[in-house]
Parts: sequence; C-alpha cells; structure tokens
Amino acid sequence: MTLELSHLTRRFTDYPALDDVSLEIPPGEFLALLGPSGSGKTTLLRILAGLDYPESGSVRREGRDLLALDARRRKVGLVFQHYALFRHLTVADNVAFGLRVRPWRTRPKRADIAARVERLLQRVQLQDMAKRYPAQLSGGQRQRVALARALAVEPDLLLLDEPFGALDAQVRVSLRRWLRELHDEFGLTTVFVTHDQEEALELADRVVVMNRGRIEQVGTPEAIYRDPATPFVCEFVGKVNRIAARCEGGKLVAGGLVLGADPWDGRHDMAIVYVRPEQFIVAAPDDGEGWCVRVRHAFRAGGTVHLTLDAAALGMVLEMDVFGEERSRDTWQPGACLRVRPRHVTVFPDGIHPAAAQACGSGIVAPAARPMPVGP
Amino acid sequence: MSAMVLPRTSIWPRRLQRAVLVLVAVVFMLVFLLLPLAVVFTEALAEGVRTFFAAITQSEAQSSIRLTLLVAAMVVPMNLMFGVAAAWAMARFEFRGKALLGALIDLPFSVSPVIAGLIYVLLFGAQGWFGPWLDAHGIRIIFAVPGLVLASIFITLPFVARELIPLMQAQGSEDEEAARVLGANGWQMFFRVTLPNIRWALLYGVLLCNARAMGEFGAVSVVSGHIRGLTTTMPLEVEMRYNEYDYVGAFAVASLLALLGLLTLAIKTLLEWRYGAELAAHAPGGR
Repeated sequence: MTLELSHLTRRFTDYPALDDVSLEIPPGEFLALLGPSGSGKTTLLRILAGLDYPESGSVRREGRDLLALDARRRKVGLVFQHYALFRHLTVADNVAFGLRVRPWRTRPKRADIAARVERLLQRVQLQDMAKRYPAQLSGGQRQRVALARALAVEPDLLLLDEPFGALDAQVRVSLRRWLRELHDEFGLTTVFVTHDQEEALELADRVVVMNRGRIEQVGTPEAIYRDPATPFVCEFVGKVNRIAARCEGGKLVAGGLVLGADPWDGRHDMAIVYVRPEQFIVAAPDDGEGWCVRVRHAFRAGGTVHLTLDAAALGMVLEMDVFGEERSRDTWQPGACLRVRPRHVTVFPDGIHPAAAQACGSGIVAPAARPMPVGP
Repeated sequence: MSAMVLPRTSIWPRRLQRAVLVLVAVVFMLVFLLLPLAVVFTEALAEGVRTFFAAITQSEAQSSIRLTLLVAAMVVPMNLMFGVAAAWAMARFEFRGKALLGALIDLPFSVSPVIAGLIYVLLFGAQGWFGPWLDAHGIRIIFAVPGLVLASIFITLPFVARELIPLMQAQGSEDEEAARVLGANGWQMFFRVTLPNIRWALLYGVLLCNARAMGEFGAVSVVSGHIRGLTTTMPLEVEMRYNEYDYVGAFAVASLLALLGLLTLAIKTLLEWRYGAELAAHAPGGR
C-alpha cells in the first residue's frame, strides 16, 4: 500500500502552496508533515483526502492513480483540526455515519453497524458517551470521537490535521502517546500535520519538514534534529544558537575560537554556525579552549538548567542547557564567568539565500551543510 | 464596613436604570405593536360576532383568502429552493460576480415594492416588452394570478437567503467535507449534514418569507388590477373595503390576516419550545 507522491504543484492566487513536492510513504508508516503556517502541509493533506487538487503531479497508491478517485471513494480517514463532528448527531450516530451512507449493497446490517460502533467507542474509551451530543463532550473526547468516526470506514490511510492543536497541554501529551499506541496496534499508514516540532519528533517514524510549499528535509526525527539539511530546518526544529563565523586560512573561526577545518576549502568567506543549547561543553577553568561568557540568567526546570549567557567575544547572547547533575547549583549564579565551547555544530555558508543553501551544497564536492565534531 | 456599604449604594441606581429601560421597552411595544393589533380585533368585532362572520364568509372575502394562501403556497417553496441555492453559492464558492449576486439578493429590500410591480407591468403588461407576444398566445400574467406570484417572489426573495448566508459562512464547509470523505454522496451530504445544520435559520427564513408573501401590498397592488373575486389578495381586499367605507368588513379581513401572522409566530414558538433542549445542546461550540 505504498503511496507515491510525485511533483505535486498547487498554486493559490498569490503564492505557491505546493511547489514540486515528491514523497514516498511506505505502508504502516507514521509520518509527520511539519512546517510553519502557509508551508503547504495542510494543502498536501487535503490533496491526499481528495478535498483539493494539484495543478500538476500525481499521487499513486499501489500504482493506481489516487487523484482520479473522488474523495468518497478513496478509503481515507480524515480527522479535522476542529473535528467537524456532526452536532445534530449523537456520538454513536457520528461514528456510524460513514457506514450508513454506503450504498445498500455494501452497507453492513443494522446490527453489524451497532456492533462496530460499540467496539470502536470501546477502543477510544468512550463507550459511556454513545448517547451524548458533541457539544456535551470535552475537547479530548471530541477528538477521540472524530478518530473513531474516521476509523469506522476501515480506511487504508489515516490523515490527521493538527490533531492536538485545539487541546490543552496536559491532554495533548497523554493523547499523543495514546494515538501512537493506537497506530502501532492498527498498523495503519498515518499522516499527520503539525506545526509543533516537539509533537512531530516525539510521535513520527519519519518527519517531512516543509517550508513555502517545498520539502526541506525528510528523515527520522533523530536525523532531522541531529543533521538538519538546511538552515530553515535547523532553526525551525528545536532551539538553536545562530553564530556568525569566518573561514580563515583553512579554518573555521568564530569569536576567536577555532571550530574546525574550513569545510569548503576557501570557497566561502562567511559561514553560519548552529549550536543547540544542549550541545555546549563547559570547559575546565585551566582549559583555555572556549568562549568566555558571563551568566545572565539561570532557569531551573526540573532536572535541566536553562542558561542565558553573555558572550562578549561573539557579541551575542547564547542559550545553553545543562543537566542538573553535571554541576552544582551555585556554578550558575548570575554574573559567574564560564568558558564554553560547542561539542557539535552544523555549518552553512553565509551570504547565500537560505533556500539556495542546500542546492549550493550538493553542487560542490564538500557538502555545504555538514554536522561536524569539534575540538579534540 | 465601607466595603459592604459601597455596593449597596451603587446597586440602586443600576436597578433604577434597569427598571426604566424595561418600562420604556414595554410601553413602546404596547403602544406601537399590541394596541394596533387589539384595535384591529375590536373594530372587526365592533358590530358583533354575527356581522364579523357575515363579512368574512362573503364570497369575495373567501376568494381573497384562498388566493392569498395559494400565492404563499407557490412563492414560499420557490424562494426556499432559491434561497438555499443562493446561500450555498455565496457561502461555499468563490466566483466572478459574487458581489453582484449579493447585491441582487438585497435588491428587493432596497427597491420600493411599487416599482417592483411596475417593472412586471412594463415587461408583461399589454403595452410591455413581452405583452404582444403573450397576448398572441393567450397568456395572461398582469392582472392575473401569475403576476401576483411573480411580484410576491420578487418581494420575498431575500428572506431565506439572507437568513442562511451568515450562518453558512460562519459554519464553514468542514462538516460537509467530513461527510464527503466518509463516503456520502451529494444528496446524503445535503440532507444529512447541511440541512440539519441550517434547519433553524431555514425555518425562520421560511416563516418570514411566508408572512411577507401573505401580507405584501405594494407590488401586488400594481399587478393585480383589483378584480374582485379573482385577483384581490387579502391585503388588497382590506384596502378596497376600507375605501368603500366598509370598516367592519375591512377590519374583519384584516383580523384574519393578523391571525395568520400570529399563527406563524405560534408555530415558530411551538417548534422552539418543542426542540428547545436540543437547540440549547447544539448552540454553544458544538463543533
């Protein structure tokens, strides 16, 4: 049941919602479409559901053209961001809707429909709510009804549009885990849209990062986080420090600290170095390597300490996360002086349009974007 | 202590304000709504119940009642269909001329009914554009029932559409899209999802449309020709009797017309009461 999306393009009047998007989705995968609003992720989802059509490109399921099928024949389950529950129907009638509208030849018997609805409501832990109306449910309950309704038609593909967007933080996290378990149990190919990178990284098998109608990177959450392919991915996924660097004499230098060899052999003068907050090492007092920084604030959140540091050598404020056990609390007093250096950086040439950075990198021998270990 | 006294001193003027406002509203309603209505009924019964019944069982009165109900029965379903279709088009689609359609829907509200009637006379009357052709084929529109229906359709066209458009725009198309993805065809989507979502607004629209169709005077007066027993609807009958100094007769028919209006109101209230609980369950954030 592999889905092949190739060269999808969709233009709205003033901007391209999808710009030559190609993607392959293997069966049973839990895939996240991650991007800011206007990146085209929802448009892509709506095209898969049959609610929107591309100007060009194709979607194939096992070699068959999916775009030729009307939305109602696609065997797709869709959960809307605001659930779109039918407010005049009870929970049970909502779930039964997709079965009741089938032509009578393929419509299950009344008793079979009731049994399936009962089973599904049990599965989403709402068996006691069958007679209620959507307005009488909480957000999390409505979301589960929408999910049961989508699953009732036994779809080949499940699509979720910002499935947790309208829920409060606590419900969101528990429902997230629950959804992942449900997916593992059903083994249904699932595509969900989100602008929340934490959600995408936690839930998905693979993450597709989108920006301005294009795919910036496709990869496992680990790869997306550790080896971002473009500056956009780097800045959009997770927190990151953006540091200007120079390529001098075959070396990459920022604020007087040598970060490593020049990855482009002198082809670029300027570079941007990205360092995630947890990728700093605090150097020992007698070890000269590192930027001299002064602690501005220290926020303790559970086992982690979030620090903001004034780095005079770089002329900027750095953010650093350290885990509580590494040092005693008083090391992080505001005003304290430290020496820090990055353990791992991601480098892109500067002075190039961000969107072109990746293309440039692939054209030359040394990759433009290269995560590299730093120091000894 | 002062904290306990303070609200007390500030509550009194507020209560007074409220009482004054309520009083003004009630007096206004009494003088401008209830009093005239009461006058209609008392005048109708001024010379006794017998005279009243004699007035309304006259054959002209009977035929005006039948004609009014007939016109309403033809106009309301037509504008029901047009209103739903127009509201659907306005709320769900982007197309060239959408603003024009919106303006056209409002046209009957902004144009004087008399002018609306005149337009039909100019189009279909004996000296009108299509007059000779219609005459040659023996079709009568002006000074006949078709003219009354056309004029009433024009006048009541906005009611259903205007009631539905804001609601359908606010509701959006997500419910309908959900129905389609779940496998519903166009008719199933309309009857199982769209219609239940708009049914209350639709009912209000239909009731308003009906009330206006039965009560319209101006446009109907122009195209009617005032042929007693043939082309006089109830409002026209009231006016003709009044001009003939038949006050009891005029008020008797007027009271029937008012009763039809009150009946409409009663049906609406009954439905609201009957489905009130359901309505309340769906109203707040049912999406």
